[in-house]
Amino acid sequence: MDDPRTNLGGAASRDFDARLRRARLGMGVAVAGIVMIFVSFTSAYVVRQGLPTIDPRTGTLVRDWIPVRLPALLLVNTCVLLLSSLTMALARRQVSGEVAVARATSVSEVSAASGQKISWLALTVVLGLSFLTLQWMAWRELAASGFYVATSPSSSFVYLLTGMHGVHLIGGVVALLVAGAASVLRRPVSSRLVILDVTGWYWHFMALLWVYILCLLEFAR
Amino acid sequence: MATREFAAHESHAHAAPQGFIRKWVFSLDHKVIGLQYYFLALSAVFVGMFLSLLMRIHLIWPTAAVPFIGEIKPETYLTLVTMHGTIMVFFVLTTAPQGGFGNYFLPIQIGAADMAFPVLNMLSFWITFLGYIVMLSAFFVVGGAPLHGWTGYPPLSALPSAGPGEALGADLWVTSIALFCIGALMSALNFITTTLDMRAKGMSMMRMPLTCWAWFITAILGLLAFGVLFSAGILLLLDRNVGTSFFVPLVTVNGQLTGHKGGSPLLWQHLFWFFGHPEVYIAILPAMGLCSQLLSVFSRKPIFGYKAMVYAMLSIGLLGFMVWGHHMFMSGMSPYTAFAFSIMTMAIGVPSAIKTFNWLGTLHGGKIRFSSPMLFAIGFVSLFVSGGISGPFLAQPTLDIPLHDTAFVTGHFHLIMGVASIFGIFAATYYWFPKMFGRMMNESLARWHFYLTFVGTYCIFMPMHYAGMAGQPRRYSQFTTLHYLERLIPLNTFITFAAFVTISAQLIFLVNLFWSMKAGKKASDNPWEATTLEWTTATPPPHDNFGGVVPEVHNGPYEYSVPGAPRDYVMQTDPASVSVH
Repeated sequence: MDDPRTNLGGAASRDFDARLRRARLGMGVAVAGIVMIFVSFTSAYVVRQGLPTIDPRTGTLVRDWIPVRLPALLLVNTCVLLLSSLTMALARRQVSGEVAVARATSVSEVSAASGQKISWLALTVVLGLSFLTLQWMAWRELAASGFYVATSPSSSFVYLLTGMHGVHLIGGVVALLVAGAASVLRRPVSSRLVILDVTGWYWHFMALLWVYILCLLEFAR
Repeated sequence: MATREFAAHESHAHAAPQGFIRKWVFSLDHKVIGLQYYFLALSAVFVGMFLSLLMRIHLIWPTAAVPFIGEIKPETYLTLVTMHGTIMVFFVLTTAPQGGFGNYFLPIQIGAADMAFPVLNMLSFWITFLGYIVMLSAFFVVGGAPLHGWTGYPPLSALPSAGPGEALGADLWVTSIALFCIGALMSALNFITTTLDMRAKGMSMMRMPLTCWAWFITAILGLLAFGVLFSAGILLLLDRNVGTSFFVPLVTVNGQLTGHKGGSPLLWQHLFWFFGHPEVYIAILPAMGLCSQLLSVFSRKPIFGYKAMVYAMLSIGLLGFMVWGHHMFMSGMSPYTAFAFSIMTMAIGVPSAIKTFNWLGTLHGGKIRFSSPMLFAIGFVSLFVSGGISGPFLAQPTLDIPLHDTAFVTGHFHLIMGVASIFGIFAATYYWFPKMFGRMMNESLARWHFYLTFVGTYCIFMPMHYAGMAGQPRRYSQFTTLHYLERLIPLNTFITFAAFVTISAQLIFLVNLFWSMKAGKKASDNPWEATTLEWTTATPPPHDNFGGVVPEVHNGPYEYSVPGAPRDYVMQTDPASVSVH
């Protein structure tokens, strides 16, 4: 443990700060890219909602947009995701506390990292996976009430937006698992902090995005 | 031990890899990744060029059998149009200038050891490569490649029963585009972060070479545009495979109702062109940056109006997002909307003119060296003006409506987006080849290549403007049997022969490229006597770009013919500061 990189003094600390800054910047840019994907979906949503179609039997213009009654389960899901956002913030605080200890005492980060009690990180992963499972159940409920992907453009968008959000959240879960693996493998706590920090921002963005999607689907039916 | 390895990995400059696979295949080194992108584009450009040759042959000799395909049926012709356009736009014009040269030289020019996220960079390339393979595989599936054009307008692109290539071929096409978008988004993220965060000490934004500005702005455009195309691609895949109706209205195919109703083909057009117009600038901006660089280096003069160049590129990028409707004047949009799009489009003429005048201003009174990179840079300016000047024509709805579906548009966008960008790629190849491979390219072959290509492309695309004005439609597989176009047959024969000559001339380039890699004259570290950072390091650059030295920048990028300086140029790293910027 005499490698200077394993604790955070001097040059290694500057290196760490630079890495954190770069990773945050990269995450901000990535979020802008993802926002554009959902902006496009939103504009498609608004346009498609306003379009009439010809009824082939009568030859008249009718609307084929059937408002979807969202499953009440989605409210539970929302609470789970918001709760996970909170545990994510705590997980980040926990690790940055360990880094601060390592910096102050100049001991090896690895030993500073040991001896934690609650793993907020693990809890966030569990909540994230629960959210995805609950979303799946909400889909089943929708299908049971007769709304399949192609039933109406409105239901297409429900599946599309929730599905796309879910795929992005899976990315966040994978990042958290990487951070967890770094912890299990006793890698330096600073590398975990970088992952946790940017995944944290990403996770909060996912929660915000979910609230937006829910509002769009509920209030712009 | 594990700790130590991991720590070494984290610090940015990853160690030089040893094995062949880590060094040349799954490399994290931005220089290797840049070369991978470049050679991907090189293979793609020959595929695309071959397809265009088949089209030209078919137009003149409609009944002739061609290699690999036999007699070209009308739907085969549309397949050629589609795949030529798609491969050229995505896998050549987007890939080579940004992914290729941008990857290789952005980090070196700003004094960084690598891109900000090397692993992400590797993934970007391999996802793009996968997209390329998926795209090419469309040729070999049942029904063949799609025939909906590179713009993929529904309902044609959304209905598997709509044509022979529209079944599996079109699914592969959309999948390939979606993959390409993911790769391009990740790459854009990397470029932006690298430019903002990895610049060497003293390399302020306003000391960056204009090439770096161009790559940076291109990356911003890519970040904001490719997500939109990706979304549209997802919606199209759902329409095709799940039975949704985002884009497909109530239509019948061969008398059968398709089961779709209420979708809007125009929605696709809006989403597509919201991406599609910035894409034009994604293709041309890196060439603009490079051209500015080369005109300054080979005129031995500072670039005329550096700040104006930066602001012009920024405003071109910004305006590029507000003009997509000019691709849709034919769609029946409200004349008021068309008017707004028309005004915004013509406004792009202003920054474009600023750039052109600054290029001319840079040349004016310079001690011009007509080396091959410079020839291609001047060729770029010429093509940019010739191709750009027809832009304001097409920007007006009243002129666009008669011209839109004619060869006039084909001539216009090939000159400005196609050939001008390709000239940028050629200029970059001749300019940076010594740095990349340590040898010079053969200058007389390069000159032959330039003159044949320059004259050849004008001979191909200029007559298309006339043919278009005379009413020759684009995308028609045959026109020789149309009475009113009979008098255009000699002109079209001329175009086809010009295409033969021009495409043959590209073999000169290919031979020069590979021959010079092996047997070219050894290059010095700074053969062009240029000032930017890539010329301060060894040739080819070492793994960490500067061999352990952290560069420090003292000067602007275009300090040529500086009064009182010992040589006629001052390196950016030269501490004897002459800073005027």
